[in-house]
Amino acid sequence: MTKVVVAMSGGVDSSVAAALLKEQGYDVVGMMLRLWSEPGKEDSNRCCTPDSMAQARRVAAKLDIPFYVIDAKDVFHNTVVQYFLDGYARGETPNPCLICNRQIRWTFLLEHALALDAEFMATGHYVRIRRTEDGKSELLRAVDRSKDQSYVLHVLGQEKLKHALFPIGDYTKPEIRKIAEKYDLSTATRKDSQDLCFLAGEDYRNFLKRNAPEMLQDGEIVTLNGRVLGRHNGLANYTIGQRKGLGVASPVPLYVITKQALRNTLVVGTLEELGVRELTARDVKWVSGETPHESFRAEVKIRYTAKEAEAIVTPMDNGEQVQVQFDTPQRDITAGQAAVFYQEDVLIGGGIII
Amino acid sequence: MIYLDYSATTPMDTRVLDAMSPYFSASFGNPSSVHRYGQIAESAIDSARETVASILNCRPDEIIFTSCGSESDNLAIRGAAYAMREKTGTKWILASRAEHPAVTKTLLHLEKYEGFLIEWLDVNERGMVTPEIVSKAICGDTAIVSVMYANNEIGTINPIKEIAEICRANNILFHTDAVQAAAYLPLDVQALGVDMMSLGAHKFYGPKGVGALYVRKGTPLLSHLTGGGQEFSLRAGTQNVPYIVGFAEALRLTNEEREQRTTHVRPLRDKIIGTVLETIPDSQLTGDLESRLPHHASFAFQNMDGNLLLTLLDAAGFACSSGSACKTGNPEPSEVMTAIGLSRDWGLGSLRVTLGKDVLPEHVESFLSVLPSLVEKARKLNHR
Repeated sequence: MTKVVVAMSGGVDSSVAAALLKEQGYDVVGMMLRLWSEPGKEDSNRCCTPDSMAQARRVAAKLDIPFYVIDAKDVFHNTVVQYFLDGYARGETPNPCLICNRQIRWTFLLEHALALDAEFMATGHYVRIRRTEDGKSELLRAVDRSKDQSYVLHVLGQEKLKHALFPIGDYTKPEIRKIAEKYDLSTATRKDSQDLCFLAGEDYRNFLKRNAPEMLQDGEIVTLNGRVLGRHNGLANYTIGQRKGLGVASPVPLYVITKQALRNTLVVGTLEELGVRELTARDVKWVSGETPHESFRAEVKIRYTAKEAEAIVTPMDNGEQVQVQFDTPQRDITAGQAAVFYQEDVLIGGGIII
Repeated sequence: MIYLDYSATTPMDTRVLDAMSPYFSASFGNPSSVHRYGQIAESAIDSARETVASILNCRPDEIIFTSCGSESDNLAIRGAAYAMREKTGTKWILASRAEHPAVTKTLLHLEKYEGFLIEWLDVNERGMVTPEIVSKAICGDTAIVSVMYANNEIGTINPIKEIAEICRANNILFHTDAVQAAAYLPLDVQALGVDMMSLGAHKFYGPKGVGALYVRKGTPLLSHLTGGGQEFSLRAGTQNVPYIVGFAEALRLTNEEREQRTTHVRPLRDKIIGTVLETIPDSQLTGDLESRLPHHASFAFQNMDGNLLLTLLDAAGFACSSGSACKTGNPEPSEVMTAIGLSRDWGLGSLRVTLGKDVLPEHVESFLSVLPSLVEKARKLNHR
């Protein structure tokens, strides 16, 4: 029997993933990661509270599969949390789920899965995988577009994807809930998870205040042409496109356009000035492992919840970077978030917006 | 799957199950009832008590049946603490740092909420409480000393007899938690000289959910489960007749077969200890090599996550345990690992292998053939 390790979270999606694989005849092992939480808040990391662990354990028992919890506190802190703090220190709005998927789930956990002699690892992500005739793997958007999570998985290359299974990408969320009910999984009616796991349900600003107070230095708020309008209370407290809470008086609505970390300056402007036609992305990953040499048309997604926009993607610097030229101006292009390129349902690649 | 975790629990002997069976439905009476149903149940408990008393070399009315070893520890320590304070005004309690949580947590509770004074006895680097440590620590105000007969995590056997002598000479009550020891060590309370001794049936092929406490006649003890007059008014509640019968039958078989069981496990255990220390780099035995439970092998491996090793072992078909075993992936070195002076890089990498009557030489062979590579695997995963 082919062995597969399922990364379980206690939620309905990974529970059903395990159930489906078991039904398909795999030798299924459940694994859960113990992630890092702030000292004193150990019980509230959303991904591994005692409650979610108990849920995952119950599901594993119901499916009659072994279940193990792996300690990932240090590695999670040193990579994901540090990445999060570093990103804000650079004036970006980092997306730690990207690094978590690459370094924690699909490196650290995958190594543990392989150490158990598993051939595959599966997660409860809404995304599909297609094996091509030449032995490669393609990453496809989920059937349920509203739940598609391919955005955070653009970082996976062929080496990871060859071990990957995504059993729930062919289903819609309501179908997944039905399957959970069919298997009488106690997680069937659990609410979807949101926000970053290590924030324990809190606003990220409070987390930064405690963990990187030096980052929250006040500075000037200026317009694009340098006119000083007022003062901000720390760049990390603002997001690109933010309108409310700027504390400056203006006849027209003003939005956060960009953050200048070196000068500790918050740049604001009008809605028109917020719209931008192009962006550059770094650390670009190509799912196929092959760098395209020419520009290509693609649908580009600039944050997890954004709608895709038509654009021309031009590889630069041997494909390490790309320039993206949108057909129409896009608002809220945010440094630190990923820009991910699709052609039809196929995910081509993605990088971090500069 | 090969089970190598007999100190966690043991499979119940089918002969024990046979002895228990009649008392679930056929002879279901309440031992406190006046009628024949009650008399039959009461007689079963009396026989069980006599069996246990004869093995412990004590009087039947010195045996209190409880729901588990932890309850026995609680009854002994809480009950004696209150009674001694009332009787003599003493409120110092001494216990070793390597005790089971049933003892340590109970003492911490007494300290925090009841005003008792607790002094923790150091253990040596092999986890032993020496008579000298006890002699030095006691004083005129000491009420109780509690030192376990044998340690669950590292298998070290304590010099109970010598410690009991010191306590007796100073009019101090002495309790020992013999839950781990009972499967292999002599339980003659006169020879040991203890005042109270805790036992739990599931460590010697009996059922889970039943224990016993030996209480020497005349020992001041207050009930902590109040109600009816069962168990000489020291432990209220309708007796669990089938389980008490099971306890006695399991102990009887253990007593009868002690020598052959010991002869079976000891060489296998010695082979494990020898091979592990020889083949696995940066490994050490935890606990004492000589004064050690015969079925018990325990190790520390430097720079390795003990929990991860258990996962790898389980996936490879071997069920073992660890001093830092933790189902929630949040390992900390155990109190015992810390008490014997292991640093964190050693203390997190513990492994406990405990044998029993169903373990065969070929099981040990195959275990030893995979262990070194799994330790290496766990170390590599740890070092990223």
